[in-house]
Amino acid sequence: MSVLVVVECADGEVKKSSLEVASYGAQVAAQLGTTATAIAVGEANEANLVKLGEQGITKVLYDAEPRLKDFVNNAYTKLIATAAEQEQAKVIVLANSNIGAAVGSRLSVRLKASLATNVVELPKTDGGQFVVKRGAFSGKAFSDVVLSGDRKIIAVKKNSTEAQHDAGKTAEVASFSAQLSDADFADAPKQVVMQDQAGGVLLPEAERVVSGGRGMKGPENWGLIEDLAKALGAATACSKPVSDVDWRPHHEHVGQTGITVSPNLYIACGISGAIQHLAGVNSSKVIVVINKDPEAPFFKAADYGIVGDVFDVLPKLTAAVKALN
Amino acid sequence: MKFLVCISNVPDTTTKITFTPDNKEFNKAGVQFVINPWDEYALTRAIELKEAAGSGTVTVLNVGEADTEPNIRKALAIGADDAIRVNAAPTDAYFVAEQIAAIAKEGAYDVILMGKESIDYNGFQVHGMVGEMLGVPTVAPAMKLDMSGNTATLEREIEGGKEIVSVNTPFVASCQQPMCEPRIPNMRGIMTARTKPLKVVPAVGEPARTQVQEYALPPKKQGVKLIDAENAGELIKLLRNEAKVI
Repeated sequence: MSVLVVVECADGEVKKSSLEVASYGAQVAAQLGTTATAIAVGEANEANLVKLGEQGITKVLYDAEPRLKDFVNNAYTKLIATAAEQEQAKVIVLANSNIGAAVGSRLSVRLKASLATNVVELPKTDGGQFVVKRGAFSGKAFSDVVLSGDRKIIAVKKNSTEAQHDAGKTAEVASFSAQLSDADFADAPKQVVMQDQAGGVLLPEAERVVSGGRGMKGPENWGLIEDLAKALGAATACSKPVSDVDWRPHHEHVGQTGITVSPNLYIACGISGAIQHLAGVNSSKVIVVINKDPEAPFFKAADYGIVGDVFDVLPKLTAAVKALN
Repeated sequence: MKFLVCISNVPDTTTKITFTPDNKEFNKAGVQFVINPWDEYALTRAIELKEAAGSGTVTVLNVGEADTEPNIRKALAIGADDAIRVNAAPTDAYFVAEQIAAIAKEGAYDVILMGKESIDYNGFQVHGMVGEMLGVPTVAPAMKLDMSGNTATLEREIEGGKEIVSVNTPFVASCQQPMCEPRIPNMRGIMTARTKPLKVVPAVGEPARTQVQEYALPPKKQGVKLIDAENAGELIKLLRNEAKVI
């Protein structure tokens, strides 16, 4: 019995969310008195896989099949299921990403496992039960869920746990083959199109986010948001009304029916703070609200606030960040 | 083409979430329930594709107790042809997926659609489970869906971009914006919905594999510290020295 961690790689690098997952998996293994093995998916680089030892991983399985570079649901499911059987994994940990959650749900059926997604803390394993805390009601609440199956699959929410770094520790990389056939790649994507991200920071993984609402008055004013985001190394986001009128693309929409984020810093500019928007951001560690209306409900959910005109305040903040650096 | 659209019955997005005093259950008192907003994309797109093809059927499926019927009727009013309700509380994603898979198999549906996730449980699980139970591909989350004969072309959202995926029926897809503009019922739809068939069937399969032990609300904020707009740069100093986030 062991803990199997699914590590997503892109362009040779291990994704930040997967470093968090690796660290989470190693801590679960320690709780259960066993070791954590990783299975790498995507385009991996061996030197970076070795470094997963820093997160507490002892062994990394890697299948160099070139068609595994892009996400293929059936192939990834078979790969991970085969690794889970080989390692006799009782617990499988993955990122709550569009890859992790998609594979996790198929795996849970194939391996007859209990599945919890959107998990935000390490499990409680005392008292013979295995209990995880997960986000529910689109960020408005949490639930403690008992995973009663013999096998458990946990998808960990991004930015909700911190990756440990035990410098210098290494993991052993072992080649691995799930004997995948052409049929396993039948649902491979025909084409993958990546968008240009403002400043290269992906919103779901971002540690800092600068977000704009209707108070920005129009898409032509987004340069102010982008300037501050760039200075801070932050991703840009928006409220639902803004994406509804196509000022910004849908994938930037944060809220109950968009994406929920949990960065260290969320700066809301000209967003009033409707309950649906707050649901998407209230697990952020620090929330800053800039709004000219002192009665905006968002101030009640904020740590810091500026009552003022965003067009006046944003350039001052950008200048202050640049001065600091 | 036979479309099966799975809808879930969820608290309206404006709901302030509270729990029973023992924190074991969601407090339904005074809460307005709606069709899960993500499922509305699946429903409207199925109706659009049926209309474009000029033939086919759209069946709505809900796993829930009798109190979900007003929203099932609403889905019929929006344009679904008939409905099935599996008479059971939707205890967890696995249990719900079992019900959907059983009905999909029995009715030989070609396209099984649902929302990306429900806004109450936020599992993002059911689509993958149903696909695996039926042994068919799942595309999740899908931002675009077009059909040509038995082949569907979909855009799947990935972190930082999208994939173009093509699959043959039968398949499962979970839907999200900007797939379509969700429709609202018109008067004629509301009238005809009253007489459209709504079949109630018992649950099948194994019990749930997960159990909610307790709910909790997020911790309250300590209160906002206001900074004068004239002195906005002060905020950046606080974020570095006090909050230590930059």
